Formats: sequence, structure tokens, C-alpha cells
Amino acid sequence: MSFNLDQIRGLFPVLHQEVHGKPLIYFDNAATTQKPKAVLKALQEYYEKDNSNIHRGAHALADRATRYYEETREAVRDFIGAREAAEIIFTKGTTESINLVAQTFGRKFIGKGDEIIISTMEHHSNIVPWQMLCEEKGAILKVIPINEAGEILWKEFEKLLTPNTKLVSIVHASNALGTINPVKEVIEAAHALGAKVLLDGAQSTSHLDIDVLDLNCDFLAFSAHKLYGPTGLGVLYGKREVLEEMPPFLGGGEMIKEVTFEKTTYNEIPFKFEAGTPNIADVIAFKAALDFVQSLTKTKIRAHEDALLAHANELMSGIKGFIPVGTASEKVSVLSFNINGMHPFDVGQMLDAKGIAVRTGHHCTQPLMKRFGIEGTVRASFAVYNTKSEIEKLAEGVAQIARLKNK
Amino acid sequence: MSTIKEVQDEIVSEFEILGDDKESTIFYIMELGGNLKPFPESERKEENIIKGCQSKVWLIADEKEGKVQFQADSNTDITKGLISLLIRVLDNRRPDEIIHADLNFIQKIGMGSIIGSQRSNGLAAMIKQMKLYALAFQTKQNA
Repeated sequence: MSFNLDQIRGLFPVLHQEVHGKPLIYFDNAATTQKPKAVLKALQEYYEKDNSNIHRGAHALADRATRYYEETREAVRDFIGAREAAEIIFTKGTTESINLVAQTFGRKFIGKGDEIIISTMEHHSNIVPWQMLCEEKGAILKVIPINEAGEILWKEFEKLLTPNTKLVSIVHASNALGTINPVKEVIEAAHALGAKVLLDGAQSTSHLDIDVLDLNCDFLAFSAHKLYGPTGLGVLYGKREVLEEMPPFLGGGEMIKEVTFEKTTYNEIPFKFEAGTPNIADVIAFKAALDFVQSLTKTKIRAHEDALLAHANELMSGIKGFIPVGTASEKVSVLSFNINGMHPFDVGQMLDAKGIAVRTGHHCTQPLMKRFGIEGTVRASFAVYNTKSEIEKLAEGVAQIARLKNK
Repeated sequence: MSTIKEVQDEIVSEFEILGDDKESTIFYIMELGGNLKPFPESERKEENIIKGCQSKVWLIADEKEGKVQFQADSNTDITKGLISLLIRVLDNRRPDEIIHADLNFIQKIGMGSIIGSQRSNGLAAMIKQMKLYALAFQTKQNA
């Protein structure tokens, strides 16, 4: 598919509506992206034609559902460049993927006095699971500091790395600032000391080309719904040799090889980590989302989003009272800001009255907000279907709102 | 002095002039925040905070000649406007009037859809706290 913006917008029914009497401008893409028609169609068709429980069914519908489900696993493998589909585990979302690693890898391999490193810009979902683990095991959580632009301080990171470091769990692209972290270098440095690395890819997978073999990360966690796919579905990629060493997460059906009342033996990966009936319909529909992204290519998507971000930066930087938050040199299309003298919640509600959907608050990154000495920000985040004229309307709106307190 | 019902009717008719335009309604609510009396800095403390999801509200109450006097502030302008409406309706009234006040103006002006669910929950918390203050003063008067 060529990059034709009108055609792309035509694929997203939800964009074509008015809110408060104004055409909707959807800039809350870092929270969740909208879904193309192909995803909606796949969901409906699954329930209309194929609905059945997967694996072990002795009938045609179960066969079809199983085949489509496993086809998505293969599509995810291809999407992130993993070696084999068995390294792809379906979860509820990024949060569950991270918790899975904490509760299995973490509980088995991280003990008293061991160290886990995260960064200042982590989402709460990449902080709390490690705090819980550290509390249980007597392990130590260390945090990489950042500069004013919102970039990690490399020298400080190197100082934190020690032979006791068992895991570095770091966000690939920050949800609150947009910063793209130098994860390849982080992984290399961590591996040099024998530590494993988990990448939180919730915000990166829709914007950046991902090649887990080239990155050499041990784990990658991401969500389908931030990637034009359905809600309630996520992925955990792990290297086979690491996944095989990990104990199961949830116990139940599907994850077992044999159960007796004396002892249970566990299934192979990935099934060992997919207890119970999975989210079959959403997994199947997710393939349509991946196909949509692949057909456009991330290179073209990113070029478009970068142009939107550059346009926004240019228009907004001239507004009196505009305070950008997060000015890293490498960013995905996230524009976080405040307006001098105004609360982000008020700004967000005033933009909503203009039909512009943004997110306000701490973006589940309270320690990061504290680092900047602010309560929160207004966050406009752009996706493939956004347009330059929408950016111009945002800038006009922000300028008008900013004038209330910045004359 | 107008009754609670009369003040509420006034507010409803003021909002009717604004019609369905959400933007001007929000700007109007923000302007109303300017009517609040300056809040005493010494009272800006944790125990006087009513916590909403994203905005903070400080509320204190006093009693003068059997009537309840409210003072409040917020860190967001829209919330300030909402408090100023509540104070306009409930300030300087007897505790029993406040306790039994049916604040139907909120529904009549469609406040829920103007301010959204987060702030609506905050607004409900403010009303509850104002009524609790009134109840406390009533108990004291009857003691």
C-alpha cells in the first residue's frame, strides 16, 4: 500500500466523527491507537465463522481457529525478527508481560543482594513489578538518572552496572516524553556483565523497526492496542534458552504436558506460559493490524510521524507560555508540554472542547514528573493517520489557551 | 437573600445563554473562578484537601451567626469555577438548608457532559464535604 493519507484515514471509521460539534482530532495515540477496518472485520469474521477453542479440537472450526491463531504468532515473529515463533508468548498486555518476567525469571534468578536497573522515565508498569520482587527477595532496585532533555545519563548508567546486576529493564521509547533510549548500547553493556535485558516496547513497536536479533535483547514486551490492534492483548518475546529455564507463570490448562495428582510436567514454550483459553479472537485480529503496519512499512510511518512532530515543534515553540517537557534528540512522535500558569487538566479539557483529544496528568510516570518538578503534562501523541492540518489546529488551540495567562 | 432554589434558577438561566457551545461554557466556568475570595495561605494544608483525580481542592468552613461560611480554592481553573458556583448557592446559609439542598442545577445545565466524569466525581466529593461541614455545625448547634 502506498502512503496515501486520505486512503489511510479512510481505513479508520472512528476518525470520521464530531465531538462537541467539532471534527475529532485524535492525538491520544500513545494511550491507544485507533483500529483499521481490517482488524474490525477480522474480529467479526472470527465470531461469525470460526469461533472455537484452539488446540486439541477434533473438528474443522477448531482447526481453523488454531491455524489463524498460530499464524498471528508467526506474523509477530516476523514483525520483530525473532528466530522462531515459539519465542512469542501472548499475554494481556505489556504490563502482564513484564509481570510474567518478574514472577518467573525474577523469582528464580534474582535473589538477596542482586540488583535490577531501571531508568527514571519508566512507566509504573516497569517499576512496580520490580519493587514487588525486590521486596520479596531482598534485591536492590537502582535507577538511571536523566538530564533536563529527558535522556539517560550514560556515565551514571555505567556506574550502576556491577557484577551483581541481574537484570536491566528499560523502556525503548518513553510514553511521557517520547525519548528513544540507546537500547542497543544498554544491552551490550549489560550483557558484558552477564545481566539480562528486558525492553519495554509498548511505545516503540508502532514507530520503530524492531529486530530483536540485532538488538540482542533477552525480553521484549509490548501491547497490541498501541499498534492498531485490539485491546487486552500483549506479547512477550523471550530468547528460547531463557524462556526454557523459566518456571511457568499461571497454572492450568494448555500449559501442561501431563498432570497426575502427584506431579505435573509442563508443556513446551510458548504454551508453558499460555495457561487457559487465550484471547483467541483478538490474537487472530491482531494479524490484520500487523499486516496494515507492514504494508505501509515503519520507515514510511516514521517519516510521516517525524514530519508531524517537527511541524508541531515549529508551530508551538513560538507560543508565549509554551513549555516543552522532553526535548531529547531522538524521539518518537510524542509532544509533552505545559502552559505557563495553567494546570494540564484545564488545558486538556479546553482542547477537548475544540474536538482535540489529548491526555493530561502524570502518564503513569510519577517519579519522572517528580524529576522535572511538575505535577503532569499535556501530551499530544501522533500516529500514522494524523495530518499536518490537525497539527495546525492543535497549535492554534494551544496558542489561544496560552493567551489566557500569558499576555 | 434569595433562596437556594432561586440562586440555582439564576445559574441555570445564565448557562442557557451559552447554549450548546462547550468551548464558551468552559471559558465561562473558568472566569467564574475569579469570583472566589483569596484563600488563606495558612489553611492550604493536607487536612483541608478534597482529592479529585487530577485537581486538588482546599475547602474550609466556619460558622457566623448560625450560618455556614465556606472558603475554597483549587489548583485548576475549571475546578475553581465549579467551586465558586457551589459557594454561590450554599454559602452563608443555615446548616439545615445546606444539608437538605437539592442541587439540581448541576443536572439542569448538563454539567456532567461539560466537565466529564473525572471532574463530576470531584464535584460530587466537594458537595459531600460541604454537607458534612453543615452537619457538623448543626450537631454543634443542637448540642
